[in-house]
Formats: sequence, structure tokens, C-alpha cells
Amino acid sequence: MSPVLDVRDLSVRFDTRDGTVRAVDGVSFALEEGETLGLVGESGSGKSVTNLALLGLVPSPPGVVERGEVLFDGRDLLALPPRELRKLRGDRVSMIFQDPMTSLNPLLTVGRQLTEVLEVHRGMSRRDARKKAAAGLADVGIPAPEARLDAYPHELSGGMRQRVMIAMALLCDPKVLIADEPTTALDVTIQAQILELLQDLQAKHGTAIVMITHDLGVVAGMADRVNVMYAGRVVETAPTRDLFRAPAHPYTRALLASIPRLSSSPDEDLAAIPGAPPDLADLPPGCAFGPRCERVRDACRTAVPALAALRASLRSNADRRAACIDADALHEAGTAAHAAPDGHREDRR
Amino acid sequence: MTPPLLEVRGLTKRFPVGGRSLLGKPRGWLEAVRDVSFDLERGRSLGLVGESGCGKSTTARTIIGLHRATAGSVRLDGEELTGLTRRGWLPYRRRVQMVFQDPYASLDPRQTVASILAEPLAIHGLAKPRDRKLRALALLEAVGLNPRHVNRYPHEFSGGQRQRIGVARALALEPDLLICDEPVSALDVSIQAQILNLLKELQERFGLAYLFIAHDLAVVRHLCDEVCVMYLGRVVERASRDDLFRDPRHPYSRALLSAVPLADPEAEAERRRIVLEGDVPSPTNPPTGCAFHPRCPDRERVPGDLCRAECPSLRARADGRVHACHLEAPAGAAAARIQA
Ligand SMILES: Nc1ncnc2c1ncn2[C@@H]1O[C@H](COP(=O)(O)OP(=O)(O)OP(=O)(O)O)[C@@H](O)[C@H]1O
Ligand SMILES: Nc1ncnc2c1ncn2[C@@H]1O[C@H](COP(=O)(O)OP(=O)(O)O)[C@@H](O)[C@H]1O
Ligand code: SF4
Ligand code: SF4
Ligand SMILES: [Mg+2]
Ligand SMILES: [Mg+2]
Repeated sequence: MSPVLDVRDLSVRFDTRDGTVRAVDGVSFALEEGETLGLVGESGSGKSVTNLALLGLVPSPPGVVERGEVLFDGRDLLALPPRELRKLRGDRVSMIFQDPMTSLNPLLTVGRQLTEVLEVHRGMSRRDARKKAAAGLADVGIPAPEARLDAYPHELSGGMRQRVMIAMALLCDPKVLIADEPTTALDVTIQAQILELLQDLQAKHGTAIVMITHDLGVVAGMADRVNVMYAGRVVETAPTRDLFRAPAHPYTRALLASIPRLSSSPDEDLAAIPGAPPDLADLPPGCAFGPRCERVRDACRTAVPALAALRASLRSNADRRAACIDADALHEAGTAAHAAPDGHREDRR
Repeated sequence: MTPPLLEVRGLTKRFPVGGRSLLGKPRGWLEAVRDVSFDLERGRSLGLVGESGCGKSTTARTIIGLHRATAGSVRLDGEELTGLTRRGWLPYRRRVQMVFQDPYASLDPRQTVASILAEPLAIHGLAKPRDRKLRALALLEAVGLNPRHVNRYPHEFSGGQRQRIGVARALALEPDLLICDEPVSALDVSIQAQILNLLKELQERFGLAYLFIAHDLAVVRHLCDEVCVMYLGRVVERASRDDLFRDPRHPYSRALLSAVPLADPEAEAERRRIVLEGDVPSPTNPPTGCAFHPRCPDRERVPGDLCRAECPSLRARADGRVHACHLEAPAGAAAARIQA
């Protein structure tokens, strides 16, 4: 099956006073129908810029999309004229953001914003659009949807606004939904509602989702596959369970070991990662994780390691890749420890 | 019996809202904190958890005198702190310090680290000017920063390093109690562990007590001996770390714990999540009776209209567990258990 979205070698830079920021550097991934791809990484690792670039929304200047292709329905979105792209956005490819107020207009009622989408993209009459909008609100679990159509965004709670934004994003039944930290600003009990809602809607409509988050728990529950980003590059990609069970890149391993868990022993120190994320305007030579990596050696500083298939994944069918000269050794050691009966389970303990 | 380091009883804080009428009376009240009680012993950590707006920060700020308590008492080593004037507070200020969420906003950008760390010493007339510099160097060392950077300004440090400076400043006066309000939530994931380890190490080294506020329950579990779960201004459950995380009793605690996403795909696939309906109600217009009743999945199990009519008090049960629910031991507690 061919992917619904195929991103190839995407690279975005920002020309700033402090120099050239390589926000996204050679990012590639493919998304199948109905699949959820998690994009994780720390703040500033390039997740949001990747997302903006997919939709032709990188602010320019200072942003420049240097290279890459974003293939959707056989067309390269990056090469489309702005008008065509606008037609696609909010229709076949939709997005939701961390802060609903960035996509909701505070001056228009919820109903007006929803019906406008349908009138523009679907050429519906005002009356039909209103009916469909109410159904859309009901779909995302908003009680008394008819009445809510006349509410303004500020009259709704944070969780409700998030639901309205999701309803708006899904009105035209998109094939791809890009969700950038959709629950980060919400309380956990409301987050649970929204994540459940996204899963239900996906099951119903077969929507493919790109889920951008810094929360490893959210990816663990939502994603089929995960891309781990560090300093603008994908450093590891794997099916979710494989990634958590036997991470291959030292950064992924360190990240998983550093977070406190509801199941870890509270009396042990956390395995903190030394140092801080790098300045994207002044990257170290070679592997960007080098200055914080306990395995770093001269070879790491000569060239940026490519995102290469793991030896083990060539034998199986799982598509696992990592950008580290030691990835195979680490992965194989991790798998062996995991398989041993009383082996140390890195992902749980 | 010696009193606990910090003893909070019936602490209540109301804010006037909606402006004032012609007669100068407030048009309405918002009860941000209601009848909160707990003890904190020297060298121990107490966590406050709950959703945004439930009153965690207000509790902390009222304890350290940034807000005037509407009712209730706060005692430090048995001495009453509520009602003290600014000057009356001064001798206690040394002993109770605060670490804030935002390391950017809480440091003066025009001061060097040396003067940021020396200032509290100067204000309290501690240490000669010459010794203050030495003290600043020792503090930097204690929080894992390079003492050679003592003449740098805050913007020359990363977020994690700035939070270390915030911790060093709080430690300058050798406090007994550190109140930490979301000390790691503004930091990168890979930096949080550094600060959490530091806080633990300092606690052991200096025998500090922590009142620790965080929305990340795994962080609280990692750092706290005891936890208060708050909902709409009230404590609905108070429990030791192990009791709470193994077997939460209050229906809200159970829902809260079950909603936390686990960084483990297999556990995520197996777990049964209690998804609450509806939103957190507004504290300006709280529900009657048990404030949790509009969302409570266990409400049906209470006979009659009790949950809507009467607010359950926080009290100890036969088995020693402390929670505020009309049900004695809300069943299903075992089912909601987080897999250990
Ligand atoms: N100065 C004030 N005047 C009026 N209302 C206030 C004031 N400070 C806080 N509140 C209200 O009191 C309630 C509790 O707020 P508080 O800041 O203690 O919550 P919190 O638990 O710390 O939340 P968060 O997790 O978002 O930090 C909220 O409804 C808040 O809007
Ligand atoms: N409009 C902009 N101008 C300059 N730099 C930007 C802009 N937007 C993003 N960046 C930079 O690009 C990098 C990646 O940012 P982003 O994709 O937003 O990170 P995140 O992974 O947190 O979503 C960061 O270094 C950020 O500072
Ligand atoms: S390439 Fe070298 S520095 Fe980079 S992650 Fe691998 S071992 Fe560490
Ligand atoms: S008192 Fe009633 S509504 Fe409140 S938590 Fe208990 S069962 Fe639920
Ligand atoms: Mg972002
Ligand atoms: Mg707060």
C-alpha cells in the first residue's frame, strides 16, 4: 500500500541574528492510512517546524524551506501554488494545535467558524452546513451541540475549545490530521478524554495522525510508530513497542531512563542526561548528541551519522532505523538483556 | 510532644471577585482553598497534586504569607504565622523559602549570580560582605554549578542552570522548609531529572523539608513521602506515597491516577482508564455537596441524594486511610490500581 503522506528529506532553516538555525535537517517519514505516527523530542528539536513545513506554513522570512518533498495524493505539497495548498488545508489535510485560540477566531461564534469551513471547502448552503456543524460537535462529545453553535470561544472551557478545534479539523473528513501537542495545555483527566476521542474518531474514519508531543506516555498509548527527534533530525524510528522495549539510539535510551515513572523505584536516583540540548545555530561537529553521550568517541565527531536500518531489522520486517555508529551493538545488547529470563527490563524498571 | 515543623489547620483562602458594589462590598467570592490541614515533619516531603486551579499554589502562597489567610492556622515549630505583619514575618522568612516554576521570571536579569546569592544574606544581615562571596561560591558548588561562573548574569545560563540558581538562592539562608511550586515543569524533559536528583540530594544533605507542588504525578511519587490530592480547593485524600499510588481510595484520586499516560506501550494497551465526564467546575460557582459529584463515577453507589446535598469531610477510616467521600471504602479501588 502506498503511504498517504510521504515526507522526503525535509530541511528548514531560519536566518536569524544569531546565525543560521537548522531547525529541520533531512527529515523523512511515511504515514499509512489509519496509522498514528508519534513525533517526540524536547522543546526546540524541530517538531513544530516539521509540522508547519508539511502545510506550507513556515514563516518566511526568517524561515526557508531548503529542500524536500511532501507527497500527498501523488502531489508535492511544497511545489503547489499557495491557492491550491490553502484549498487542501483544513480539508484533506488538517491540523490541531496546543492552543485552540490560535486556530479559533475569538470574534466569531463556534457555529460561524464551523459552517464557514463547510461553505468554503464543500460549497454547502448555510442551513446544511449548520446541521453538519452540530453533528460535528456531537461527534466530539459536546453536550447540547445546537446551543453551543451560538457560543463564542471564550465562553467555553479549555477542554471544550480543544474539542471544537478537533471538530473543525475533522469536518471535511481529512485523510491526514496533524496534531501538535494537542493535550499539553490540558489537565490529565481532560487529556484522557481528548486522547480517547481522537482514537475513536480515527477508528471510525481511518484518519492518519501525526502526533507531536514531548510526552512519552502519550506516544506510548497513541502511536503505532515513533520518530525521535534531536536537534532537528530524526535520530531513531521504530514501531512503538520495539522502541520502548529495546531503544537503539543512546539519546532514546537516556531519555527513557531519565523520566520518573509510576512504576519505577522512587528511592533510586534518576539517570539524568548530563548537559543541555544544543544550540541549533551552533551545532557541534558530527553527532549532535555527542557532547552528552556517554559512548562518544572520535569517530562520532567526524561525520553526522546517517539514519540507517538496524542490522536486526533487515532480518525481520520491522522498519527500525537509528542514527548512531553504535546503534546495532546497543540494540542487540538491549534485546538480549530483554530476552533473558531475569534480564534487566529497561522499559519498565 | 514536639510540634511538627509545619502544621496547617483548616486553612481557607477566599478572593473577592467581580469587582465591588457601590458600598464597597465585593460582588462575589471565590474560595480557592477550603479547610486544608496537614503536618509536615522536618526532612520530609509532602506533595500537593490536582488539576489546574484546584488551589495548590494558593495554599503555598498563603502558607508563606504572600496571601493573607481567610481562616485557619499555619504554625512553624508551633508558632503561629497567620496574621503576622511583614516585619513579623522577617525572622521566619529565613526558614521558609520558595522555588518557583519559571527560572527566567524569578531571577533579576541585571544582577550577577554573586549578587543574587548574596542579597538574601545582606537583607537578613547575615555574614560579612567579604564572606558573602565565599558563601555564594559554596552555594554554587552545592547545586552543581561551576563556581567560576559566579560573575555571570542569568541570561548566560541555560534553563536548567537557571533553576539551579533559583535553588541556590532559596538555600542561601539555610531554610528548614522549601516550598517548590512546579520546579521542573518549565524545563526540558532531559533536564528535569538533573533537578529532581539535585533536590533529593540537597534534602538528604541539609535535612530540608519540602512542600512540593507538581502536576506530574510520577514526579511527585519520586520525591514525596506523603501526598494530598486536591479538588476544587479541598483536600479529598491524604495518603502515604505507597498507599496512594498502589491503592488510591477517593474516586477522584483513582480517576486522576488512571488518567496519567504511562511511558510503556504494553501497560497502556492493558490498562483500564477511568475517563471522567465533563469539565472541572468553576470555583466561583462550585457544585453543592461533594464538589466532585457531577463527574463522579461512584456517585450511584451512595444512597439517596447525599452526594449532592452534603459535603463529605476528610476523615480517617477504620483502616487508617484518610479521604473525603461518603463511601467508606470506595470499591473498585483494587481494579484501578496502577500496575506496579
Ligand atoms: N489573586 C487571586 N484573585 C482571585 N482568584 C484567584 C487569585 N489567585 C488564584 N485565584 C483562583 O484560585 C483558584 C486556585 O488557584 P491556584 O493558582 O491556587 O491553582 P493551582 O492549583 O496552583 O493551579 P495550577 O496547576 O494551574 O497552577 C483558581 O480558581 C484561581 O483562578
Ligand atoms: N519563526 C522562527 N524564527 C526563528 N527561529 C525559529 C522560528 N520558529 C522556530 N524556530 C527555531 O526552530 C527550532 C525548532 O523549533 P520547533 O520546531 O518549534 O521546536 P519543537 O520541537 O519544540 O516544536 C528552534 O531552535 C526554534 O527556536
Ligand atoms: S554517534 Fe557517537 S556520540 Fe552520537 S549517539 Fe552514537 S555513540 Fe553517541
Ligand atoms: S461523596 Fe459521592 S460524589 Fe463525592 S466522591 Fe464520594 S461517591 Fe463520589
Ligand atoms: Mg512545538
Ligand atoms: Mg499553580
